[in-house]
Parts: sequence; C-alpha cells; structure tokens
Amino acid sequence: MSTNIVLCGVGGQGTILASKLIATAAMERGIPVKTAETIGMAQRGGSVFSHVRVGDGAASPLVGRGKADVIVAFEPAEAVRQLPFLRHGGTVVVSNRPVVPVSSMTGGLAYDLDAIMTYLRMQEESGRIGALSVVEARRAELELGSAKCLNVVLLGAAARSGTLGLSVEDMRHAVHERVPERFWELNDHALAWG
Amino acid sequence: MHREFLMGNEAMALGALAAGVNVVAGYPGTPSTEVLETIAKRNPGDVYVEWSVNEKAGMEVAAGAAYCGARTLVTCKQVGLNVASDPLMSLEYIGVSGGMVILVADDPGPISSQTEQDTRTFGMFSKVPVFDPSSVRDAYQMIQDAFELSERIGSPVIMRPTTRVDHGYEAIEVKDQDEWRSDKPEGFVKDSSRWVIFPRLSVRNHALIEERNTRLTDELSSYPGNFIVPSGAKAGRMGIATHGVSYEYVEEDLSDDPRRPRVLRIATPFPFPERLAVEFLQGLDEVLCVEELDPVIERALVYVCGRHGISCRIRGKLTGDVRSSGENSVESVTAAIDAFLGRPRPAAPAPDDVPQLPVRPPVLCAGCPHRASFLAVKRAMAGRKTIFCGDIGCYTLGNAQPLDMCDTCLCMGAGIDIAQGVFHVEPDTLAFAFVGDSTFFASGITGTINAFYNQAEMTLVVLDNSTTAMTGHQPHPGTGRTVMGDVVRAVSMENVLRGIGLTTVEVVNPLDHELAVETVRRVAAEPGVKAIIFRSPCVVLAKPKAKSRVDASACVGCQRCVRQLGCPALIPQADGRVDIDQSQCTGCTLCEQVCPVHAISGGERL
Repeated sequence: MSTNIVLCGVGGQGTILASKLIATAAMERGIPVKTAETIGMAQRGGSVFSHVRVGDGAASPLVGRGKADVIVAFEPAEAVRQLPFLRHGGTVVVSNRPVVPVSSMTGGLAYDLDAIMTYLRMQEESGRIGALSVVEARRAELELGSAKCLNVVLLGAAARSGTLGLSVEDMRHAVHERVPERFWELNDHALAWG
Repeated sequence: MHREFLMGNEAMALGALAAGVNVVAGYPGTPSTEVLETIAKRNPGDVYVEWSVNEKAGMEVAAGAAYCGARTLVTCKQVGLNVASDPLMSLEYIGVSGGMVILVADDPGPISSQTEQDTRTFGMFSKVPVFDPSSVRDAYQMIQDAFELSERIGSPVIMRPTTRVDHGYEAIEVKDQDEWRSDKPEGFVKDSSRWVIFPRLSVRNHALIEERNTRLTDELSSYPGNFIVPSGAKAGRMGIATHGVSYEYVEEDLSDDPRRPRVLRIATPFPFPERLAVEFLQGLDEVLCVEELDPVIERALVYVCGRHGISCRIRGKLTGDVRSSGENSVESVTAAIDAFLGRPRPAAPAPDDVPQLPVRPPVLCAGCPHRASFLAVKRAMAGRKTIFCGDIGCYTLGNAQPLDMCDTCLCMGAGIDIAQGVFHVEPDTLAFAFVGDSTFFASGITGTINAFYNQAEMTLVVLDNSTTAMTGHQPHPGTGRTVMGDVVRAVSMENVLRGIGLTTVEVVNPLDHELAVETVRRVAAEPGVKAIIFRSPCVVLAKPKAKSRVDASACVGCQRCVRQLGCPALIPQADGRVDIDQSQCTGCTLCEQVCPVHAISGGERL
C-alpha cells in the first residue's frame, strides 16, 4: 500500500522542492515513489499542489479524492481547498500564516483567517481530520532566523506525525542530498523545530 | 543501466539522447519546455540544441537535419504544433532520411494553454504516426521506439505526452551514457526527385503513405505498448479501452478486483492497431472508452465494429458516458467506471459549513515591470476610446483587476493583427497591442509589417523583460545568449522596427512612471504605426537593490496603491494602513510613485 501525500500552497512558496525532498528520502530508502507537480501559469502566485505517492501499488501519479493520508499545507486557505483529498481521519500539517490574494484586496471575496482556522479545528474535533498540526510560521522564522525554510519546518512536523512513512532522520538525509552544504545546519534546525 | 528519479520530460530527453539524437530544436511552452532544457543540460557535447525563434522554424531546422540523415527532435506544446503545421503537413509527403520525432505536449484541462486540442487527431490529419505514453517509464521507452519507427518508415513520428506524464516524476531504469547510440549522419544526398515537393511527387507519395499506414495498423497490433489486460475471474462481458495517464487512473481503480473487465491500452492511436482491437472486442457486449481530449479510440472502435461486423456497444464521450471536455482525474474515471459496471456509488459526504475561500488566480509578481507598463498606458489613456489587445505570456495576467488592461487574447502574436482589424472597423478607437519580447520575435514581426504596409493606425507596446518569463526564462534572439551557452549578437528590436519603416520607436523604463505616462501620451497621438518598448528586466531573475517601506505615521490608509497596482507585496493592515511584505518587495518604487502622501520610500529600482 502507498502513503499518499498532498502538499499545497501558493506558487512560489516551495511546494515543489518539498515534494522532491520527500521523494529523495523515499528513494534513499529504496521505496518506490511517484509525484505530480503544478508547473506553469499557476506558479505565479496561484493555488498550487504536489501529489506524492510513497510505496508499492501506486499506478496514478495523482492522489484520488478522499485518499490522502496527509496534507502538508503551506497556507491555511489552501489547506481547506485541498481538504476533500484527505481520507477520513488523515493528518493535516498547516502553516498558520495566510497569503492574502490580490483578489481579496481589490474587491473579491475577503480572506477570513479566523473562519478558516476555526473550520480546520472543528474538522479535528469531528474526527474528519485525525490530527491537526498548526505550525506557527512567524515564530519559526524568528527563532530560526530565516524566512526561507518554512517548507522544511512543515516537512519536519509531517515526519514527526508518523504519517509520511519516513522519519525526520530520512528527511535530514534528503535535505543534505538536495541542498548546498552551507544550508545544512539551518535546515537541520528547521526539521527539528516545534 | 542505472536508476534515476525523473520528470516525464527529463525521461523523454534521456530517451532521445539514448536513441542518439543529433539535432534538437523547439520553442518553449508548458508542459513541454523541460525536454529541450534537459537535453541541453545532459548534452554529451556533440548534440546541436537550439531554442528556435518559433515552432515553424524549429520544425524546418529539424527537417533539414533529418534530410541529412541526422536523428532529430522537435519539442513544442500542442498550440505550438499549429504554428509548425505548414512544414509538418508537407514534410509527411517528403519524408526524412534520419529518424525525426516531433514531441508535442498536450494540456488537458487546459491548465496553461488556450485550447484542449488533441495531437492524436493532428496525427490522423497529417497522417503522421503517434505514440501516446501513460507514464514516465513509458515515455522513456516510447521515444526510443518512435526514433526506430521513424527511421524505418522514413517519416516523422509524433510523440504525444500530456501534462501528467510530462510533469509526473518516477524513479526509472535508464541507460548509462556509454550505452547511448552515437551515429554520424551521412550528410545530404542531392536528389531533386525526392526533396522538392511538386504535385506529381505529392500524389505518388500520398498513395505510398496510405499504403504504409494501412500496413502499420497491423504491425502496430504487435507493438508491446499496445496490449490487452485480461479480465478477472468473475468479470462480465464488459471491457474498457483507454490510453495515456487515464490508463493509470483505470488501473488505480480496478487493481486486482476479480470482477475487473478486460482492458485495452492503446499506445499508438494512429495508425490504430486494428487486429489487436478485434481481438479485444471478441466476446464483449459493451466497451467503455476512457479518454482525455478527443474520442479517438472511441471512434476507432466504432469503426472496427462496423468494419468487422462485431456486435458490441461502444460507449464514451460520444454517448455522454465520459465528459467531453476537461482533464480526467482518479475520481472522474472511477465515477465513469462505477456507472458503466453498475457498481454502487459511495454516498456523497454531507455538506458542511466550509468557509468561503478567496479565489487565487495567478498574478503578476510583486515588482513585475509589466504592471508599471500597463499602469502607464492606463493612466495616459484614461477617458479615451481605446482597445488593449493582449497576447501570450505573463502579461496576459494584466487582464485581472485592478489593472484590467487586456481586452483580447487569442494566440501567439495575434494581438498586433487584432488591433488592426479593430482599427479598420472603428478608426476612432485608439488601438494598442501589447506583446512580450519573446512573442514579438516568435510571431510579432509579420503582424507589424502587415500594419505598416496596410496603413493601420496603432501603437505597438513591446513589454521587454529580456527573457521568456512564463515558461521559465529561456533565452531568445533579443537576449544575446543561446541554450548552448554561447554569447551571440543580440537581435535589436529597435532596429527591426525601424527597418520595417516605423519612425517612432521609443525605449522607456516603465518603472519611471511619469516619463512612461508622458511617452505613451505623446506616441499614441502620432499617426500610423508607432512603437514603445518598455524595457526592464524580469524581477524573478534580477536581484533587488533596496526595498520600499511604508512610513506608518505618514500612511493615511487611502489604499490607492493597493487599488491601482494589485501588487501582492502591498498588504492592507487591520487599521486600513498598508504594509509592504519585505519577502516579496523588489524595490520597483511604483507604489512610491503613486502614493499621494509620499508615505512610501527606500526602494531602488533596477
């Protein structure tokens, strides 16, 4: 059986690198992996997602609705947008910092962060979300001293939740594989943060 | 052999290299772009690779090389093939000496394209054989098979992946570099009875092509990529015919269900493997065709049933059992199979109070110089009767609020000609055509000549950010760099325009807002065809010098900057004042220049 992971966020936030890190970690362990990426126009600040399928028995690169074991959301509204992909009782790791779209500032639908976070918590209470892990993005960046490693913080939280089928140590190896050595220490701290 | 984790496009690039490709030409376009980029990156040194000025040029360069016996590859997206269709249609009649593969990436959805056209249908129209891979692994193998077939039949062959194959990743076994084929082309052999297209040659070769394609319907029935997956032990007399990534969705759904129907996977939709299809249809009462884009397999099976007197009901898009447009998904395919097999559908989850989510379409980046260009034209032309014809590129995003500066968009280069058409009907409308630098070189020059020659009145606005931004920053003729890494003489856009005969060609930095507005006013008032080149580098490539900050004590909370610019770095606060997201700001200073109370400062524009 495969572990199905949906990473989502806003174009430019680093979801593609995060999915590559998970894939690298799986490869290092000799586990089959397939991914599907959003590449193209949506990368300019639109809603983006990556689907990652780790383990045997995955034919499609895309995850079906209601089949994701874990959603790693770089942005709260995008977590809610992708929630239909989560299986009942699956895990959600979400950054609490909104990226307010230009449309909301220029007359479109408003961005109601409280409503979005409340909704996610209600889903956890009802059991629809098995475990909700909220990452405080601003605090993480202040404590780590970098605004460039939110993706790795989220991956660390996801690995610790035990739902990736990959450990924090696996992710650390993958980061060292993919990221220049001068960023290893920062990323090691980011993986362990929280 | 070794194992690599590869994107489908990377796998096809390595497949082409393994097949000994000698010459590669293409034009960037999502979802095809990474194929040519990967070949350039993994070039063993003796492969000639170019970003051509457009797909037509690329097709012709590759054809010439294939005349010499070189193995050649053309890469483009589906609408790119439209641009190259003239050479392709004729080339099929002429044929090639070296293997020639035309890789055309289709975009169901469409996710990043104008149309949902199906290159399998183009293959039928042009009579060119088509390979249609389902996975990264397939893509790697099939492009090598495509080169073999092309060389064997002396005809170009189309490789047609779709987005989910292009941009899917998988770990696959690939050949080591010392296992790659490496042949020196024999060179061009003069023979005007072969290489010069005349009606007599066309009618003779047309007959040969039809004969060959009829033969291929039988030969390709034995191609391992076309296959039947037997039904389960408890299956009824039902079958599913499918292709591409939809095959993976079907397998995902059926897995090892004992009631699973017989499955036909088609990898060569044209010429259609007829003998295999007849074998598949034996003993079946009903077949569901699960396809993306056109109902190619469905039509072929209806034809096979009629021709062979097979009594089997063929269902799919034409019968309303599969939706006629849009991208397939795991769940859309499952729903279609549920209905086909009469399986119970799981109850839809009870609706809950999902909060309304803001829409998040793609936007121009913070600091994007196109925003400044659009704002300058908008302000200069406020209150005038105008039309703003847009084109293909990042700047199509200028259509969104609050800029609202793209009244039309059709296809590459079309805006320049659309503006002329509008002018000829409404001479009192000030017609503007916005075109990017890469698009201008690709297909804007002929339109400009047309306007000049035919006495149109229009203002051509070239948005020159010195790269092909939307597809990932490829070089083009104006950049002075090639994909091979050579530094070459750049083509001067100003000289091209002046060479056509335009006397007014102004080059302005759009981030100098007042000068930009004044220039637009002056140039738009001149008669005939005139051009403004707004030149400022793409912010994704340029490193910001100094960023802008808001003096909170001076900001009056009017939010004019937010409402005029729609810049994602301008964030309104709870008290109405505006803050600037330092992680996004590039210091373009446009907000500083529109702030009525001068509350923003500190930026240093590029």
